[in-house]
Amino acid sequence: MTQDCLAELSGVSKRFGKVVALDGLDLQVRRGELFALLGPNGAGKTTAISLLLGLQRPDAGTACLFGQSPLLVETRRQVGVMMQEAALAPELRVHEQIDLVASYYPNPMTPVAAMEMTHTEALADRPYGKLSGGQKRQVQFAIAFCGRPKLLFLDEPTVGLDVQAREMMWATLRQLVNEGSSIVLTTHYLEEAEVLADRVAVLAKGRMIASGSVNEMRALVVRKHISCSTSLSIEQVRTWPDVESATRDHQGLHITAGNAESVVRELLAADENLEDLEVRRAGLAEAFTELTQETAP
Amino acid sequence: MNASTFALGRELPRISAMPIARLFRAYLTEAKYESIRALRAPAFAIPFLLLPTVIYVLIGVFLIGSMSHGDPKIAVTMFVNFATFGVMGPGMFGFGMFVATEREQGLLNLKRALPMPPKAYLLAKMLMTMLFAAIVMVTLIAAALAVGHLRVSAGQFLLVTLIEMLGSLAFCSIGFFIGTRASGKSAPAFVNLAYLPMMHLGGLFYPLPKSAQPIEFLSPAFYLTKLGLHILHTPSLDEISSGATGPSSHGGVVVCVAVLVGVTLLFGWLAIRRFQRLA
Repeated sequence: MTQDCLAELSGVSKRFGKVVALDGLDLQVRRGELFALLGPNGAGKTTAISLLLGLQRPDAGTACLFGQSPLLVETRRQVGVMMQEAALAPELRVHEQIDLVASYYPNPMTPVAAMEMTHTEALADRPYGKLSGGQKRQVQFAIAFCGRPKLLFLDEPTVGLDVQAREMMWATLRQLVNEGSSIVLTTHYLEEAEVLADRVAVLAKGRMIASGSVNEMRALVVRKHISCSTSLSIEQVRTWPDVESATRDHQGLHITAGNAESVVRELLAADENLEDLEVRRAGLAEAFTELTQETAP
Repeated sequence: MNASTFALGRELPRISAMPIARLFRAYLTEAKYESIRALRAPAFAIPFLLLPTVIYVLIGVFLIGSMSHGDPKIAVTMFVNFATFGVMGPGMFGFGMFVATEREQGLLNLKRALPMPPKAYLLAKMLMTMLFAAIVMVTLIAAALAVGHLRVSAGQFLLVTLIEMLGSLAFCSIGFFIGTRASGKSAPAFVNLAYLPMMHLGGLFYPLPKSAQPIEFLSPAFYLTKLGLHILHTPSLDEISSGATGPSSHGGVVVCVAVLVGVTLLFGWLAIRRFQRLA
């Protein structure tokens, strides 16, 4: 493990009865990056995180955190965690929840500082059990970073948040990364990974089927989207060789093409009054769908 | 550094040492918040803090006291019996229900993923139970002094309180054992299945018929009560009903202590084994 690699799974396999959760998975989390782990339900994301946190042990291969066993409490003092399903004590107030978790770390933030970063100061004296779902997620987020960890594991952090709270969390995540923290994020919101992640890995059936930057992932899908306002008919456009599909709505004509450049040339040649031409690469969502469909049974 | 910034060093990843003072603070903080949350949970605090004293006053003092025409031996015996009843509940339900629920709802997993000191979880629950036991004992003593017609020295009260608090650990172990096996919803039922027979067959509220008295030996409550009665030189309800006037004769101190320690260790060991397997 290099010094720039904070967490690593090497050749890890894990079974639950007859179900293979992970099948020879290799995965590295590097220093200072926001790493998004994507995959359909049952792909093995949660198992991979559990192994890195020492909550489970691999059947084969090794899991390392800061070059050591994740089972050591000393190792986990470098780590913050936000789990998707963890009901905190409903009787404790928000500032007490943060104070409790902060006490586990050698050099934590004060509860006030953690609440400032998550904009939850107004909730400080509210019992956790009386918070809304979104407010609970914000408190769990504050708990995750209140110990100033070098590596944060966030499992679906923005589920249940409204748009404003989600954008505030994104801003805090960027701030944490800019200040040197590393983050492992699992999310079902591909838009979130697209906006935040430096690097993305896609898991399916316990294996990594692709990894790289968001742009590299998008590039795996060669097709592009073309939109324009034109008098050309859908039927006419569909006959062109590089056009995969064409639809029309009130905004104009939408074409999916393997070779966008040749289709654009044909469009401009066929309609000199063509307007609002726009060419887009495939998004991460499309790349994800394509990648995971390839591995579907 | 601004309070809301999150500055991290650019040094190579290394393991931060936890100063002993901070480690000690982590244990204390865990115990503090475990106690606060239990005190704030009405479904837990009200029955286990108030009920023993209320029932002691109603049944132990007024009902049985008037039936026995103020017999001082019975007054002391009822005090000790209700003290044992009072410390059983927090131990068994505090561990049984909380561990089962926290295990099921993911809090235990989160705490294991976080750098919570390894023994803090159990120590915090034990201290919470002993705090509840202490509160129960203080309210029982206050009631006993106010209406219970007890002639007991302060030293004896203190000794009985200490023994009941330490004895509550046996019930913590049994509750912990149940909490590591039962689901959150079924834990109260399983705890009651152990708690109610232990309480009634331990001879706490009424003397058992002679033929049923051997069953008492199966209940840890019996041995804890015996220890308290031994300190106060008073016979048990069974012994009073069979005409004894002197101090408790059977179930010597060594046997009682050995049984309570044995129950604590046995169920504690089984529970910890299971707890580690869950981990």
